Amino acid sequence: MSSTAHMHGGIGESIKRKEDGRFLRGKGNYIDDITLPGMLHMAILRSPHAHARITSIDTAAAGAKPGVIAVVTGELMAQHKLAWMPTLSGDTQAVLATDKVRFQGQEVAAVIAETKYQAEDARDSIVVEYDILPAVISPEGAKAAGAPLIRDEKEGQTDNHIYHWESGDKGTTQAAFAKAAKVIRLHTFYPRCHPAPMETCGCVADVNPGTGKATIYMTSQAPHAIRTVFALVTGLPEQNIRIVSPDLGGGFGNKVPVYPGYVVATAASLLIGRPVKWIEDRTENLISTGFARDYHMTGDLAVDKDGKMLALRVHLDSDNGAFFSDAQPSKFKAGLFHIVTGSYDIPTAHITADGYYTNKAPGGVAYRCSFRVTEASYLIERLVTNAAIELGIDQAEFRMKNFIQPEQMPYHSATGWVYDSGDYPKAMNVALEQLGYDEMRKDVEARRKKGEVTGIGIASFTEVVGAGHGADFDIIGLRMFDSAELRVHPTGKAMLRMGTKSQGQGHETTFAQIVAEELGIPASDVAVEEGDTDTAPYGLGTYASRSTPVAGAATAMVARKLRDKARKLASHLLEAAEEDLEWERGKFYVKGSPDRAKTIQEIAFAAYTNLPEGMEPGLEGVHYYDPPNMTYPFGTYAVMVDIDKGTGQVKVRRMVAVDDCGVRINPMIVEGQIHGGLAEGYAIAFMQLITFDDDGNCIGSNFIDYLLPTAWETPKFETGETVSPSPHHPLGAKGVGESPTVGSPAAYVNAVIDALSPYGITNIDMPVTSDKVWAALRSKGVTE
Amino acid sequence: MKVTMRVNGTERAGDVEPRVLLVDFLRTNLLLTGTHVGCDTSGCGACTVLLEGEPVKSCTMLAVQVAGRDLTTVEGLAQGGALSAMQVGFHEEHGLQCGFCTPGMMLVGNALLARNPDPTEEQIRWAISGNLCRCTGYMNIVKAIRHAANLNQEAAKAGSHAAAVPVGGGE
Repeated sequence: MSSTAHMHGGIGESIKRKEDGRFLRGKGNYIDDITLPGMLHMAILRSPHAHARITSIDTAAAGAKPGVIAVVTGELMAQHKLAWMPTLSGDTQAVLATDKVRFQGQEVAAVIAETKYQAEDARDSIVVEYDILPAVISPEGAKAAGAPLIRDEKEGQTDNHIYHWESGDKGTTQAAFAKAAKVIRLHTFYPRCHPAPMETCGCVADVNPGTGKATIYMTSQAPHAIRTVFALVTGLPEQNIRIVSPDLGGGFGNKVPVYPGYVVATAASLLIGRPVKWIEDRTENLISTGFARDYHMTGDLAVDKDGKMLALRVHLDSDNGAFFSDAQPSKFKAGLFHIVTGSYDIPTAHITADGYYTNKAPGGVAYRCSFRVTEASYLIERLVTNAAIELGIDQAEFRMKNFIQPEQMPYHSATGWVYDSGDYPKAMNVALEQLGYDEMRKDVEARRKKGEVTGIGIASFTEVVGAGHGADFDIIGLRMFDSAELRVHPTGKAMLRMGTKSQGQGHETTFAQIVAEELGIPASDVAVEEGDTDTAPYGLGTYASRSTPVAGAATAMVARKLRDKARKLASHLLEAAEEDLEWERGKFYVKGSPDRAKTIQEIAFAAYTNLPEGMEPGLEGVHYYDPPNMTYPFGTYAVMVDIDKGTGQVKVRRMVAVDDCGVRINPMIVEGQIHGGLAEGYAIAFMQLITFDDDGNCIGSNFIDYLLPTAWETPKFETGETVSPSPHHPLGAKGVGESPTVGSPAAYVNAVIDALSPYGITNIDMPVTSDKVWAALRSKGVTE
Repeated sequence: MKVTMRVNGTERAGDVEPRVLLVDFLRTNLLLTGTHVGCDTSGCGACTVLLEGEPVKSCTMLAVQVAGRDLTTVEGLAQGGALSAMQVGFHEEHGLQCGFCTPGMMLVGNALLARNPDPTEEQIRWAISGNLCRCTGYMNIVKAIRHAANLNQEAAKAGSHAAAVPVGGGE
């Protein structure tokens, strides 16, 4: 039995999680666990077609079904100017379709009834007639001559093109390519996938008919921003809107956007005067809410005769679905993709991106990713391994030769980023040593001689997380700062509230540890609350690995503010000058007389009972933190795979992951985040695929077709670390939750490509399934 | 129709349509919301409960099928307020993050240890392969179940039930 003695819980201690108790007892409070008096249930009717004109909707039979209170259509929503809503990328999205349906699964009508079963029964009685139109399912189809116009309702929209976006310098890049000894090209498709948290999305909307106050319990990673969006969409005064994000059963980006179901449930509650619950089923979740990726990318890497990288050129076509609703800063149409030069000192780069409407679900969410960094990292790391193979240089050596060096930090990249810190060669060396790279290379060569198909893949990713600075990074204009409010009660216990929202990351523990470190109150005495916009300070939420970089910094800063006040109080209590006091975690003492001390608990009590003349009572504060820069976590991942020639099955033999996320506040929690991300990276590399047939039917609409890895498939992970503190973060911390999902897909696929390289196979797009590997081997005559 | 079953050692009854799923009966009629719905199609295991000690997916059974039988849900794991060995294992080994899959995982873990008190890592991975987790990458869940097995074995040696630990976090 391990010890249960409570530790102080400062930074660097792997204390056990404070939030565990309720989950272990089945007493978590997830969205579907909320029941209000008089609550009704909503079911949504969705389009069976990818593209069709609605000719009629008949709700008479549905309205007459037992228990039905109302049937809502787009026409009714239009009467309240709510048939359309703005997206997070400055486009519009249909709430309930009025003219056409533009993807399979689009919201067409909703039934509100006394029970969930009654609502679903009645939904099936709504009769909708459609004129089916041809569907567009790829950017290629979207730009083809004669392609159907998807957004015909948009003024001035004459084709399916959404945006063109560029970064870097075209001229210098062209010049560098002209001088290159060799150019390596990779065309790859990062397919559509879905975050699929274990809990789907949903809400309970409760508009009080007496006060007009709208309380909306909602699966939201960003409740404050959502409150503002709701105020703008509905016209309700913002002080009359309260968003409460309860315990979330995972998010991974899926729970950032505003979905039509939330809007319809709120409108229904307003019109009916009773609370309305809407909970997606899994198919609704997979076919209609926040997909990710769907990038078609072509990268060219120019190198000189010595294997030094000279320039990078990338073009990508983005498949955005029927509405451009990427959740991303408004300045950047392709998210933060321009981090694509990665860990390498590439003097010049040029990136062009074009977005297209298709008859697929909207989304473009940052699935365990900082706004398209995953796509960028995948492209550069795959391209670098392919280049090494083509040049006949070892993958690790080629990377070492081209890494940005630690002494170049802060490093100004060719596309305008300022990397804050990092020692890439060091992380690489730790990973190679942990894998036993030289030995394993010999092992690979020996096995290949025996006819085995085996290989090693490496990826040395650089992430960019922790948005803002607010001048460059926003959500619909809201600057991406975050906040922390700290209240120390008279008995020395504390309450911390932030503008972020945990979805399983352990905020109740990690953020209490920051207070424990900075103000000396044990972590077990600090309660952490998030998610209720009536009580928490305004913040932009939890996604893009920003909670520790931004709200964590805000927590440190507010704790320091209170410590400054505590010093004044201690000076009063100890009758000593402030400058004569020393701080030791948890107490102030008089220099040279450690016995003359006051603990933070004694000081807190005095803040309410025994104040110096003229001092404001209380020990509370709030801090809004707008970071000066992003943080740049990085690492090197190394994977060994063995491939069965007869079946194409890929088995991961080893997976070594060395991460550098700066200072780790709770190493146990950080390690847990890395495990989870490596598993999702594996899932994306080998299993998860949302695809469509030619008519736009979504293939991958349930967990039988959309494959998530179980414990049986998921490899075991061997983790390691280096520590390069962020120079601008008050604690030296960086974000980490997404690094493993960003870095690992390329490492897995590079291992497969390395294994197949003796046969001249240079690419297989994800997911790398057995049938694709087998077909590739067969095309080279390696297998029958 | 009226249905009666034994849930966590107590006789429970409710009035349901024959089509009502077991998971809806547990969550709506009995207010036992620790059993979660992740997919509705037996694909994820979040709704796993033990029927006469065997794991079943309660989204794919009707409440009436369980009439007169014996169920265990996550709410039945802690005894007298103290956490069971499996719950302690998940806490100590950081076997949960968002907590949504956790009830199902712990119940499957208990069913495994009931028939195999000393499982290997491979046996644990196979046993939980009907249950999906998106947060942990499974490594710490495997460790958590192994931790519980060790606690049970220590308790058996000491001739008593596993010593339970109050979980407040921060320890």
